[in-house]
Amino acid sequence: MSGRVLFETGTKTALPALEPLLFELQRSGRAGRHVRGGDEADALIPPAFARRASLPLPELSEPQVVRHYTHLAQLNYSVDAGMYPLGSCTMKYNPKINDRAASLPGFADIHPHQPDETVQGALRLLYELQELLAGISGMDHVTLQPAAGAHAEFTAILMFKAYHESRGDTKRRRVIVPDSAHGTNPASAAMCGFDVTTVKSDARGNVDIDALKAALGDDVVGFMLTNPNTLGLFEERVREVCDAVHKAGGLVYGDGANMNALLGVARPGDLGFDCVHINVHKTFSTPHGAGGPGAGPLCVKQHLEPFLPVPRIVKDGAGVYRRETTTEHPRSIGRIRSFVGNFGVLVRAYTYIRTLGEEGLVETGRDAILAANYLLALLRGAYEVAYERSPMHEFVLSAAKQKRQGANGLDIAKALIDEGFHPPTVYFPLIVPEALMIEPTETEPKETLDAFADALIRIAKRIETDPKSVHDAPVKAPLRRLDEVAAARKPVLRYRPT
Amino acid sequence: MGQNPYSPHTDADRAAMLARIGIKSVDELLEAVPKDARGPAMGVPAGLSELEVQAHMERIAALDRTASAGPFFIGGPVQRRYIPAAVPVLALRGEFLTAYTPYQPEVSQGTLQAIWEYQSLLSELLAMDVVNSSMYEGSTAVAEAALMAVRLTGRKRVVVANEVFSQFRQTLATYAKGPELEVVAVPTRELAANATDAACLIVQHPDAFGTLVDVRAVADAAHAAGGLCVQVTEPHANALLEPPGALGVDIVVGEGQPLGIPLSFGGPHLGIMGCRDALVRQMPGRIVGQTVDASGTRGFVNTLQTREQHIRREKATSNICTNEAIAAITASVYLSLMGPASLRAAARIGVARAHALATRLARLPDVSIGPAPFFDRFALRTPLGGELRTALLADGILVGEGIGLHYTGCGDGVTIQCTELTTEADVDALVAAVERMTARRPVAAS
Amino acid sequence: MSSVPDDLRYSKEHEWVRVDGDTAVVGITAFAQEQLGDVVFVELPEKGARVRQHSSLGVVESVKAASDVYAPISGEVLERNVKVIESPELVNAQPYGDGWMVKVRLADKGELGALLSPDAYRSHIGEESAAAGD
Repeated sequence: MSGRVLFETGTKTALPALEPLLFELQRSGRAGRHVRGGDEADALIPPAFARRASLPLPELSEPQVVRHYTHLAQLNYSVDAGMYPLGSCTMKYNPKINDRAASLPGFADIHPHQPDETVQGALRLLYELQELLAGISGMDHVTLQPAAGAHAEFTAILMFKAYHESRGDTKRRRVIVPDSAHGTNPASAAMCGFDVTTVKSDARGNVDIDALKAALGDDVVGFMLTNPNTLGLFEERVREVCDAVHKAGGLVYGDGANMNALLGVARPGDLGFDCVHINVHKTFSTPHGAGGPGAGPLCVKQHLEPFLPVPRIVKDGAGVYRRETTTEHPRSIGRIRSFVGNFGVLVRAYTYIRTLGEEGLVETGRDAILAANYLLALLRGAYEVAYERSPMHEFVLSAAKQKRQGANGLDIAKALIDEGFHPPTVYFPLIVPEALMIEPTETEPKETLDAFADALIRIAKRIETDPKSVHDAPVKAPLRRLDEVAAARKPVLRYRPT
Repeated sequence: MGQNPYSPHTDADRAAMLARIGIKSVDELLEAVPKDARGPAMGVPAGLSELEVQAHMERIAALDRTASAGPFFIGGPVQRRYIPAAVPVLALRGEFLTAYTPYQPEVSQGTLQAIWEYQSLLSELLAMDVVNSSMYEGSTAVAEAALMAVRLTGRKRVVVANEVFSQFRQTLATYAKGPELEVVAVPTRELAANATDAACLIVQHPDAFGTLVDVRAVADAAHAAGGLCVQVTEPHANALLEPPGALGVDIVVGEGQPLGIPLSFGGPHLGIMGCRDALVRQMPGRIVGQTVDASGTRGFVNTLQTREQHIRREKATSNICTNEAIAAITASVYLSLMGPASLRAAARIGVARAHALATRLARLPDVSIGPAPFFDRFALRTPLGGELRTALLADGILVGEGIGLHYTGCGDGVTIQCTELTTEADVDALVAAVERMTARRPVAAS
Repeated sequence: MSSVPDDLRYSKEHEWVRVDGDTAVVGITAFAQEQLGDVVFVELPEKGARVRQHSSLGVVESVKAASDVYAPISGEVLERNVKVIESPELVNAQPYGDGWMVKVRLADKGELGALLSPDAYRSHIGEESAAAGD
């Protein structure tokens, strides 16, 4: 991470900038020749419909475009470059063989509207992936369609609604979430038209079971639980929690964001969950893509199977794979998207699971838990530990002591950038003040973990003696702290020529 | 141990870590897990070497017939288009592909500037004030646009045209269940007459059958009744057709896959969503904004985040978190390389091929095309109806699904899509095949 | 401790009220704007809108949070402060002055009895500060 720009293009920019905009690099007449022809088409468009609005797309030559995006790429931190200790994100290594598999023409160059008989390979891959995820999660059926965890949550809560209605139970209006829940949980429940009740956690970081029982009633649709939770802690009374919800007639949704800790350790299906989603861009190594795409397969127990979205991938007696619709599955909640899922992402997840195999997945879970507890052992002297139990694959520190000394969680995060690391998650979960949520994953070498701990300890010492010294961090990144207030007060969301 | 090929941990590393923690085995950290649930068998086959998994994946992929393997006329919303060589080289660089969401903007300026440029490029193409940094795909973008219109107007009635892609309408119907919206489907020509009490009128132009639609009339009717106009569009059409922003549209949505993203059996793709300035605080999804850093250097950040779930939770505009950022960056790279000239050329070739093909097909007995005017896609109606698809498959020619399967009041037949990749040989093959299949007696060559 | 003017009354949700005959001016307190951080956006009801005690009348947003503004009293909105819509930073700079939000014609003066006195509000924010570990 350098503190100054390494590449000079000689292009004038409206403000001092790391890299010019496409619109600043462009000149009329600069262009490639990627596609040419079709001039006769202009006469085929009726004038009433023809474009009169200008089309001021920038004109650049290919060499300039290549340089532009190469420069931009080099301004980014990435897993390929370094560690991301972000809690509940599982930023493990993204294997390149997965990318190669996804780009095989037999997978990349097939259209979803092709007839089933022409895409038996793709359908087989999806079917096998369904089976693999069912076995890993301890569930009976899987839909691979959700594009992300939030999409899966939405799908499942709609399925819960359909399940209750199919039993004539139409008065259920509330979804319960713990106070440590990720923001998508209540947002998804609201998108399904339900109200949200929040229950607090107890002093050991578990769901407060008495508070939960008090919140349950015959108007509850279900309970959304992350296990291990966003504190990295395994829910100590998980079966009791699930039983209580079931007794009230509700269903239990598993947010599988932290599945990395459970691989080979325990299966949500064996713990009482009615369904669980998997984030393949977390647990199963598919790249985060700077914010997406990911995929959020949803694994469900038998009693929820009729409500799964269509199309469904099935295999018939002759070993032929097919996509089935509401004709064969009339109680389905319908489509949640156009086709079968983020196939290119799912190919990567499948390749990863086949590479690791059963033993490799077991080792992954154990190494993830080991690395987190090792890091915690190194850091507990310098930072307050939120809960005294052993965490699983991630843990939460509190920078409350540092705040009293004059520097907060945000300052620590920015100071870490100057140490050559991406910061951990800060200010989440909301129930820990000045939270630092740390998940190393199983693919960081021990020396990197040691260096990360050293960096955090060094920062803690700096804050002890001179807290002001971190207020301006980062000073070594491509940019200093950005003015987010100005960005929100006077939003500039696109280029406009000055 | 040694079963995870991506793990750097040696036995010595593990021993050192265990010692530092003060335990003998990871098992001591699993006390909270119910004993009878611990260490389950997952039923996953034994792991493979990279060489073995490569062979395995190639074997499975070889079972699929690729789009390029023969004459190919399947289209919208997902389209087979030319992807310049530099697109994947740049867009799939590890610094983009393996980066995290840019919550720490100081070390994410590559992502943030590329996405801000995507927002700018799409704003220009669609003549819309602001475009977000992506939704999952076209179908969910349509659904979210309807929810947005409902929030803005306080009305619960959504009117959608029959000629919107069937998958988009079906996805909308699912999303409407939560807030219990009334979704009414009418033919496009009846949208304007159904504007009363509607939160929005959803019109697609070009429509599912490539037909050109008078969007301005729909927008005017929506506004006169106090509602909004949502247009479903597709990227290349806007190179040659008047864009949504110039037609009075309030919210634009569409499938962005044709902008350099592979077919990939339907995903991951790119949900385009944009709106007028006045509506931006109700638009879901991440949005990147320009600002400066402490030294006065231009930089970019995720902004207007209080619309989003991580701050507003159950009051957020949407639950969306992970989106399709790499697809947005890919679209940016594609548009930068193609520029206006190649983009127009790609659109033009598709239009030209489609019209030449339609003209030849229309001369065949009992064959009808249209309705006209259309863009680069048209409905082909023959006595075989939707079964034409199966008949053509036997000849190795791929066309879209039967119209009657998914569209009501639109008759039966198949949809034919042309793009810049459609060759004259493809056209000849399709004409010859349809001629043969619809002949009642030998027809003289034209 | 944040400033708590003595001539105002307060709600538990950190709004203040200045009563002038039948009219009340409403805003959010210095404590509230401190908790929020730099205000970037304010959403207020239009003139003529009706507000109800304890119901949300609008939203005030910072970069990292969005908070409902609750009506401390019921009535009809006579005016909303367009200055604060254009320059949301006024809420931080002058929460009791130019950062005011709405002027309301009081529907029921009896509701004022439910509000906190300056001293009661001071204790209230003292307790909240302690709970938040400030």
